[in-house]
Order: sequence, then structure tokens, then C-alpha cells
Amino acid sequence: MSALHINEIKKYFGSLLVLDGVSLDIAQSEVVAVIGRSGSGKSTMLRCINGLEKIQSGSIEVAGHRIGPQGGDLRSLRKEVGMVFQSYNLFPHLTVLENVTLAPKVVKGVDREEAEEIAHEVLRRVGLAEKSGAYADELSGGQQQRVAIARSLAMQPKVMLFDEVTSALDPELTGEVLKTMEELADAGMTMVLVTHEMGFARQVADRTVFMHKGKIWEQGASEDVFANPQTPELRNFIAPNLK
Amino acid sequence: MAYQMNFAPVMALAPQLAEGALNTLILSGQAIVAGLAIGVVGAVGRTEGPRWLGRAVGVYVELFRNTPLLVQLFLIFFGLPYIGVRLSANAAAIIAIALNLGAYSTEILRAGLQAIPRTQIEAGLALGMSRLQVVRYVVIVPALRIIYPALTGQLTLTLLGSSIASAISATELTAAGARIESTTFRSLETFLCIAVIYIAMTFTFRFIYWLIGLWLFRRKAPPKPSLIADVTEVSRAGA
Repeated sequence: MSALHINEIKKYFGSLLVLDGVSLDIAQSEVVAVIGRSGSGKSTMLRCINGLEKIQSGSIEVAGHRIGPQGGDLRSLRKEVGMVFQSYNLFPHLTVLENVTLAPKVVKGVDREEAEEIAHEVLRRVGLAEKSGAYADELSGGQQQRVAIARSLAMQPKVMLFDEVTSALDPELTGEVLKTMEELADAGMTMVLVTHEMGFARQVADRTVFMHKGKIWEQGASEDVFANPQTPELRNFIAPNLK
Repeated sequence: MAYQMNFAPVMALAPQLAEGALNTLILSGQAIVAGLAIGVVGAVGRTEGPRWLGRAVGVYVELFRNTPLLVQLFLIFFGLPYIGVRLSANAAAIIAIALNLGAYSTEILRAGLQAIPRTQIEAGLALGMSRLQVVRYVVIVPALRIIYPALTGQLTLTLLGSSIASAISATELTAAGARIESTTFRSLETFLCIAVIYIAMTFTFRFIYWLIGLWLFRRKAPPKPSLIADVTEVSRAGA
């Protein structure tokens, strides 16, 4: 059974076609990396999956919820689909613990004690149990991003979306975030990650999808995609990255 | 011959001053609570609500920000009886001042809401919150923090602006002053006393706003222990 099914979606920004009939099936516990140049539509596709962007045609089914051009029950869907952003987006007026407990409390109605229990557990998972009283601006970028992952995990999502989550980080801080993501993958989380970390995609993702001009240009098992690119566009794209 | 100040006749009527001051506090307190409520609804309605609501709020804001408070007060006090609503002078004053503050605070709060980055809102939505939950839990406190000085300044103006309620014989401080002046003929002394009382009240209110701000924005991180240690090291080295 697929955890995520994207069926022929099209997305326009004004008159610009950014997703041109994209289809993608992702299995339970599968880790899929989406690579491609800026403007290829990869982040837009990710944002369509949890309804942050509207699609103009096609449909998306994820964790038993469906979105079409008319929208869908986005709130129920988002309870089961976590998203982590490039710019972390922690809430600056709340402590780490409050950031993590907020959604379980107000969205799921979990009581405070239980929410804090969940929070401590997910913070332990990302290795930041001791930071629960800190505020975002007291943490490094890597720590903030790990808190953002914990905040998303606290909702116990079935699928997690990662939108260039290491792109805003100093190079020496990307490692800790990638390690956290790798642990999630090992634990069986279904993950879609838009990334520029080719090494990580190759090593951790089961499958890599190359997007170009709003289409899925080429895809396959990560090892094959990187070792044996079929299209000149993909060859051109990964050549400088492999040096 | 130089004018001889004589406060005694005014002081003899101190209870009237006190009553006037108390009425000013009650009147502007009620107007501030109602006006802020209107402002919150107006600002959220204008940024998050359907288009018709946004337009309606826009018309209200423009009407009340482009006419004098005194004229608004007259229209409400003298106009409402024509449609069968009779109000006491104080009730009319509270309504007029609340509507006036509501229009200004709508715009101030809206500026705050719009200053919050879209990415913060998306982070809240992506966690499954409704738009109103995002406003309430994610946006409101950082937004208030940005516009807090402008908002409290507007509240001080509201307190002082309540003096125009004296024009329709509401029983607030300025009206009390006018009454005292007309019996004692000590105009300068009377209004000097009034001015001092207004200053005392605004300073008290500003102190309260400051305390509320401390509580609302309490998230100031305590200084890091290592920093304190560094500072003491430096001062010791300097001594």
C-alpha cells in the first residue's frame, strides 16, 4: 500500500506552469530524495503535498486523505503529515518545550502532562533533551532544526516532508541534522526530502527523483540514479556535485 | 500687580475633583477594554476574514480615523435618539471613545499581524492548526511585542481624549473642573490641578502597561551564567 500517491498534478503560479503533470507513488517507510535545480518545482511539489500550495489539477492522497483542486480536509491531513522547513521557523516567543507541546495540545487536545511526556521523548530522540527550557535564539542553527524536527515528530506523523532543511546551515552543522534524519529513516519513517545534499540522498534515500522543468525527469534507486544517470540533464546536474 | 495664586477655593472642592478623576478612570477604562476588543476583532477580521468583512472593517476604520472624536461624540449622543436609542451622556461617551480607539487600534494591530513572517504562519498551519489558532498561539504575542509602544501610546491618547466627553456634560474630570471653575472663578488654579491629576493618571496607566508588557513578553532569556562570570572578571581586573 502506498503511503503517498501523487496523481498527475499541475500547479501554476499565475500563468507560469511550475508542476507539469507530476505523478509519484511512495511506499510505507520509503525514503525518497527529490533533487533538481532551483525552479525545477521540487519545493513546490513538497508544499502541495500538505496543501500549503493549491494544485490546479490532479490529486494527492496521503495517509488516507485526499487533496484535489478544490482542496480537501487540510487540517486532518496535516495532523498526519509533518513538515520541516529550510528556515526552521521555531516560534521565538516559546521555549523549546512549548514549541514542541503546542500542536499536540491545541490540535489534538492532548493534556499538558502527556504532551510534555511526548515532547521529552522526541527531544531525546533528536539529542536535545537538555534544551527544553531554551529559546530558539539561544540555539545554533543545527539545534534549532533538530527542535523543528522534534516539533513535527511530536504530532506522530505518518509521513514527513523535509524542505531543504540543511540549506540554511553552516556546513559544520549539517551533519547533526542529517544524522537525525538518518535515524528517522532507519526507524521506518516515510520521508520525502528535497535536498541539495547529494551524498546524503545517495546514501540514505531508497529512491532519488530528479525534477526538471516541472516534471519528474528521471527516477530510480538512489545508487543507480547517481552511478548511472540516463538523461543528459541529470548528468549535467550531478556532474559538478560528484567532483 | 502680579497675579496671586490662590488654590484654597479649589481645594475646598477637592471631593468634586476626586469624583471627576474617578469617573474619568471608569469611563476611559471601559472605553479602552471595549475599544481594544473592537481592535482585535477588526484587525483579525481584516487580515484573516472574508473579503466583505475586510471591506466593512476598512470603511469603519476610514470613517472614524478621518472625523474628529468630538463630532463622533455629538453624532452618537444627539443622533442615536432619532432611531430610538436614548443614552446617558456617559454611555454615549464610552461608545464614541471605544469606537474611535477601535478604529485606531485595528490599524495598529493589523500592522503587527502583518509584520509576522509568512513562514511562521506556515509552520503553524503545517502542524495542523486552524488559521485562528495560528493567530492566537503563534502570531499574537510577537505581533503585540512589535506594536506595543504604538498601542500603549494610543491608549494614553484615549485616556486624555476622554476629556472631550465634558462637551456633552458627562461627569468626568474636565467637566468637574469646568464646574469648579464656574463657582470659584479660579480658572488657572483649577486647570493646573486638573493637569496634575491627568499626569498622575497617565503615569499610573503607563506603569500598568509596562507591567503588563513585562508579563506578556516575559521570554527575555536570563543572562548566561558564563557572561556574568566574565563581567565580574573584567570588573575585578579593572579594579
